[in-house]
Amino acid sequence: MDAFWIILTGSLVAISCGTLGCYLVLRKMAMVGDAISHAVLPGIVLAFLFSGSRDPFTMLLGAGAVGLLSTFLIETIHRRGQLQEDASIGVVFTFLFAVGVILISMYAGQVDLDQDCVLYGEIAYVPLDLLYTKSGASLGPRTVWILGGVLLAVIALVSFAYKELAATTFDSQFAAAIGISTTLWHYALMGAVSLTTVASFESVGAVLVVAFLVIPPATAFLLTDKLPVMLGLSAVVGILSAAGGYALAVAIDGSIAGAMAVVGGAEFALALLFSPRYGIPARIKRKTHEELPSVS
Amino acid sequence: MIIHVENPALEIHNLTVSYHRKPVLWDIDLTVPQGTLAGIIGPNGAGKSTLIKSVMGLLPADSGYAQMFGEPLDRVRRRVSYVPQRESVDWDFPASALDVALMGRYARLGLFRRPRAADREMAMDCLKKVGMDGFAARQISQLSGGQQQRVFLARALAQDADLYLMDEPFAGIDAATEAAVIQLLTEMKQAGKTVIVVHHDLQSAADYFDWIVLLNMRLVASGPTDQIFTQELLERAYGGRLNVLSQVGELLQKQQFPARERKG
Amino acid sequence: MDTILDALMLSNPNVRYVVFGSVLLGCAAAVVGAFTVLRKRSLVGDAVAHSVLPGVCGAFLVTQTKHPLALLIGAFISGWLSLVVIDFITRKTRVKEDSAIGIVLSVFFGAGILMLTAIQQTGSAAQSGLDKFLFGKAASMLLDDVMIFGGVAALLIAIVALFFKEFFLLSFDRDFARVIGLRVPLLDLLLSTMTVLAVVVGIQAVGVVLMAALLITPAAAARYWTERLGIMVVLAGLFGMMAGVTGAYISTAAPSMPTGPWIVVVTSVVFLLSVLFAPRRGVVAQAVRYKRNRTQITDENILKALYQMGESASEFTTVHSTEEIHGHRRMQLLTLQQGLARLRRQGYVEHHHRGWCLTSEGIERGKRVARLHRLWEVYLSRHLHLAPDHVHDSAESIEHILTPELEEQLASELNYPEVDPHNSPIPYRKKAKQKPETGTRNA
Ligand SMILES: Nc1ncnc2c1ncn2[C@@H]1O[C@H](COP(=O)(O)OP(=O)(O)OP(=O)(O)O)[C@@H](O)[C@H]1O
Ligand SMILES: [Mg+2]
Repeated sequence: MDAFWIILTGSLVAISCGTLGCYLVLRKMAMVGDAISHAVLPGIVLAFLFSGSRDPFTMLLGAGAVGLLSTFLIETIHRRGQLQEDASIGVVFTFLFAVGVILISMYAGQVDLDQDCVLYGEIAYVPLDLLYTKSGASLGPRTVWILGGVLLAVIALVSFAYKELAATTFDSQFAAAIGISTTLWHYALMGAVSLTTVASFESVGAVLVVAFLVIPPATAFLLTDKLPVMLGLSAVVGILSAAGGYALAVAIDGSIAGAMAVVGGAEFALALLFSPRYGIPARIKRKTHEELPSVS
Repeated sequence: MIIHVENPALEIHNLTVSYHRKPVLWDIDLTVPQGTLAGIIGPNGAGKSTLIKSVMGLLPADSGYAQMFGEPLDRVRRRVSYVPQRESVDWDFPASALDVALMGRYARLGLFRRPRAADREMAMDCLKKVGMDGFAARQISQLSGGQQQRVFLARALAQDADLYLMDEPFAGIDAATEAAVIQLLTEMKQAGKTVIVVHHDLQSAADYFDWIVLLNMRLVASGPTDQIFTQELLERAYGGRLNVLSQVGELLQKQQFPARERKG
Repeated sequence: MDTILDALMLSNPNVRYVVFGSVLLGCAAAVVGAFTVLRKRSLVGDAVAHSVLPGVCGAFLVTQTKHPLALLIGAFISGWLSLVVIDFITRKTRVKEDSAIGIVLSVFFGAGILMLTAIQQTGSAAQSGLDKFLFGKAASMLLDDVMIFGGVAALLIAIVALFFKEFFLLSFDRDFARVIGLRVPLLDLLLSTMTVLAVVVGIQAVGVVLMAALLITPAAAARYWTERLGIMVVLAGLFGMMAGVTGAYISTAAPSMPTGPWIVVVTSVVFLLSVLFAPRRGVVAQAVRYKRNRTQITDENILKALYQMGESASEFTTVHSTEEIHGHRRMQLLTLQQGLARLRRQGYVEHHHRGWCLTSEGIERGKRVARLHRLWEVYLSRHLHLAPDHVHDSAESIEHILTPELEEQLASELNYPEVDPHNSPIPYRKKAKQKPETGTRNA
């Protein structure tokens, strides 16, 4: 049963992150996702300290706001401070993450997180924190409920705003010209990434959030030419890495989050080798046989 | 020589646009009449793309404004279509030619509304008009440069606008495609639409356009082709930049000085 | 500060090695990082930093020791491998660089974590201490570590000094570097190798998670102080040294604290101070410049107004009340009053019981502004073909910025026009000199 809950938790994180990650990857903002996933840490710690509990709403809102703040800082330093974007990302997220780790070590007694767990989470403990009905029947782990709620929100965003997100991602100038606000959808997406990150952080840690934000979408990107299919495939790839990662971790008795990232990497490598169209052997074959597609 | 007309499709009034405080367009003031096929012509870096981006509200202006059909852009957005330079997007995006053409319909759909069957049909029609109906299901990265350009055109057509602003629709396409496209644009003009095209090739410009805007940091000339296409005006547009203007621009940037005094 | 130095220098000879080593590590990482940043490879540096973890663990698994040389080699190999993989994915597939970085970073680091946790489970004797590579702990460096890592760091700094010119060209203009015959691929290889080495030595102090900050933040901070690459690299090195000292101090003085995060926070504060206070590019400098510009605009507008009022009366020394000036030139009354007071202090206007009048210096300056305004209007109408009713707004701004050289160039290019497009005369200085100005002194 524990295995089920752990894999389910991993899968919920994988689907939420993978779905949003598709847009990050297509917008070439994968590293902004990486930055957010580190930057929310001080927000989580502060939410802990202020609310004195694991109240999910304080947590999601407080830390989510810090995530949004980090993207805002990155943009401000890049645009107004005229620092190149990659450096701006690097400066901002390392700073926020460092502050988070320091806060944890300073308030170790009051904050139920430790330094290493912020990196690779404590997914193994997920099944221990259960929710109960009034009559005492178990409803399953709390985390699963929170992550389930976040997943619903993500799916709602992506399906209601499908055309807005697609248009601003593919051609932001055109989108702006027809009156779709690029800023609005940028921050909506970043807000969703922040929320998802915060909800996933405790169970899987910063690293696996990055892994799930980038690897399943990039793998799906090698396998299909249709955005809806890419969204679906990325969910499948994510679930497979959650399940496979758990098996691997059990086999060698190591970190579950680390193992899930490794299995994700293996899936990407497989796609790289065997994708019918965008795999490397396929590319080489195409180049030698027919050169580029002929003009018009 | 700057010729103004009454009741224009596009009016640009004293438009100054800067990047990081350095003006790249100085006080552009022009009108383009309705129902014309107009060319914006100038050397590399003249500010042609900047001009239409600013007109479309994609870049803030230091001074001045643009109006279409006598109204600010926000009031007539649906009547205006913009075709960016082809290099401005990543063609690896997972979409088919039809998906892209369908984006032209997004302007008419409200927030959160999905395209309907009628929209798909219309998008398909537009692909047909540009001769791309055979490629509707193709992933866009597997189209040649000219085909991608035509997909962009189809998307613009799907907007069913009255004014089209196109940034270098002829860049990197072969002669046959160019002829087909110009044919299409001419038909649109004959249907009463106004088409404004950024163009590079002086040779063909005189044949294609009936209104020409010569640009090089400032407006050199604007008017009917036969009056503008003179040796003297072309030399002025291509004869390098105005030295004083460039120096003043650099000075403004260095001193972080506003190109326009703020009111108040 | 004294106590810090006491703690660092005197208490223990061992500490001296640690401080010395940390300074070298910080400096080397920042100096090499400066080129990483300039080549827009900051985040690749981040990925490399995360990617050395499996190398460290692997080396431990193979040798079962924590000998610095073994760890260095292991880290170097996996760091390099990560670079190769990123490059491979970016060049051979449709996956873009940012995603490739994210994939490599998370997979390598995930593998590292997996190995680390698996090692910890086996409970092998020497395992404790491998996790210091996550967040760094300078104080746990032994003399051996300091010798080897410090040696590598010194070597890196020496190479940068030696190849400075080549690296400069490479980051500034690759094509040019190629054209003048530099072996660009070879230099690229050298710089990448150096980045990996800088990461490997830097993690002793900061740990892999935040190593990127040691590469990026000092360089980013230095960028604000100078436009010159040489100075930037030296400054970055200095900031890196500061980071190193911080790390050594924290990890000796407060061993329970994670070292890396404190280094990052201190470096980030340096960055923030740079953003705020750097000359020219800093926020404060920009605000000052903005204020100065506003003041100059106000002052010159007042002088010009007084000059124009005098012009229409052909008498420049008439006294005008504040209301009169305000009627001629719309601005906020308070701004006008402050401006007049300032101009009076500076000797451009005089205050009389009924109002204000220009001094001879004031007349000259007001005249110059009027002249520049009108010259610019002529320029716009001749070269930009603007109608007379369109030239004024631009001139209102440009009149304040033209330098004397540009003024001269403008006037001679326009062939010293007599009047502007509104037929107002353009008052040249020469003519002014011809006219005796004795009357203005004692009005
Ligand atoms: N984002 C930017 N930041 C700074 N300067 C820019 C930017 N975009 C353009 N410029 C500068 O503005 C000027 C005008 O650029 P623009 O792209 O409008 O020229 P163009 O006429 O479209 O040229 P081309 O024919 O090459 O497309 C150029 O000098 C260019 O260097
Ligand atoms: Mg252009």
